[in-house]
Amino acid sequence: MKDFRLAIINTGAANIHSVEKAVRIVGGDPVVTTSADVIADAHAAILPGVGANDAVMKQLNDRELPDTIREFAASGRPLLCVCLGMQILFERSEEGELPGLGVLGGEVVRLPNGISGSSGLPLKIPHMGWNTVHFKDQSVQRHPIFADIPQDTYFYFVHSYHCEVENARDVAATSPHGIDVCAAVVRGNIVGTQFHPEKSGRSGLGIYAKFLEYSQSLT
Amino acid sequence: MLTNRVIPCLDVDQGRVVKGVSFVDIKDAGDPAELASFYDAEGADELVFLDITASSDARDTMVDVVERVSAEVFIPLTVGGGIRSRDDMRRMLEAGAEKVSVNSAAVANPTLIEECAQEFGSQCVVLAIDAKRVEEPALMQRSDGSYDYAEALWQVYTHGGRRATPLDAIKWARIGAELGAGELLVTSMDADGQQTGYDCDLLSTISAQVSIPLIASGGAGTPDHFVKAVTDGGADAVLAASLFHYGDLRISEVKSHMAESGLPMRMIH
Repeated sequence: MKDFRLAIINTGAANIHSVEKAVRIVGGDPVVTTSADVIADAHAAILPGVGANDAVMKQLNDRELPDTIREFAASGRPLLCVCLGMQILFERSEEGELPGLGVLGGEVVRLPNGISGSSGLPLKIPHMGWNTVHFKDQSVQRHPIFADIPQDTYFYFVHSYHCEVENARDVAATSPHGIDVCAAVVRGNIVGTQFHPEKSGRSGLGIYAKFLEYSQSLT
Repeated sequence: MLTNRVIPCLDVDQGRVVKGVSFVDIKDAGDPAELASFYDAEGADELVFLDITASSDARDTMVDVVERVSAEVFIPLTVGGGIRSRDDMRRMLEAGAEKVSVNSAAVANPTLIEECAQEFGSQCVVLAIDAKRVEEPALMQRSDGSYDYAEALWQVYTHGGRRATPLDAIKWARIGAELGAGELLVTSMDADGQQTGYDCDLLSTISAQVSIPLIASGGAGTPDHFVKAVTDGGADAVLAASLFHYGDLRISEVKSHMAESGLPMRMIH
């Protein structure tokens, strides 16, 4: 697949390099870019992000990328969004002033305070560490890139805000942290994970490998 | 459900992993990337690299270490030691660290925590606190000129435990969380290197007052010590260094023991 072009959209977030390294180790050759042309021309794209909503949205707005990303998402080409990258797919976030991309309906709100865990102690915020990911079993939500993951596999999370998804069918997986936290979304070609596959060891690298395989199979 | 984390800490001097007992007495013990891969395979949930390089011109070495390790090992990596500014933090994050810990520089300038949290997000900012039990309450002068014994039970030390500060460790933990730290890494200087168990009084006093995750450090000697740090200390994660480096305990056996004790753990085998 010599011609296969994979763009990692540079949101200015600190985990860009980890995402790039993860894609490379599973055999990909991505371009990290802020160029609207490069993104528009790619066969598949990854939208990473950590940090704060406004910092990332400002970076995208300054480079006039929101429309490019929305058009990419609407084009049917594979788009993988990670952590804050998934959160900015939604319409708005309590974490900031700047609106999200509005690709998916719903909003991003702070994890609830003071909910007790099984030990009786209040659960911590950020939700930080390895948690089980529970996929809904309807085939429509089991996107090919999640297909081989055993139920309740551990992935690494670190976030203080979570997605309240308007359309329940967009939720592909949840993780328990007092409430059922939206751990993954799928709508057609658009896939998002709240957890960090690039920091989730072998299970996480498997997601990048599958995303690469799936994207190349469509090219 | 969310699991408790076991974290090996690797002290790095000029690109090589070393370990000191009670912050002195250092002995070379290997290549960072190799050790990191080994610990990943053993089931380490995260890795902490602490740069103990004395000279600041050798700091670039640490950036190389982080670059190299993060290209091979895909679990979260925290880097600390000598982080003085937002730029220092940015370099480590860009090299592939997930989190960066601040210690002495945050004591000298607490707004560093706030600035870094705003720029990179709280989840990147770990406040490392080296705390020592106050043997005899210090006589302190109040603002009105009167004298009283300080209430602090634990005092904050900086510069790798060499410099005492007047800060109360419990208050400092609370302030750090308010300023935007996303996690606390609390080392008991009394317990460090003693292998007699974590200081669960220190840990539980802090965990009762902050709502961010807490990493226990200093004093592990047996698998049960790790359990107690969670059950009695309220820690979310437990860190150890020499115990793992010298093979006294394996990460896998510690995690098995914690799981058998009823704690949620990520078991990989």
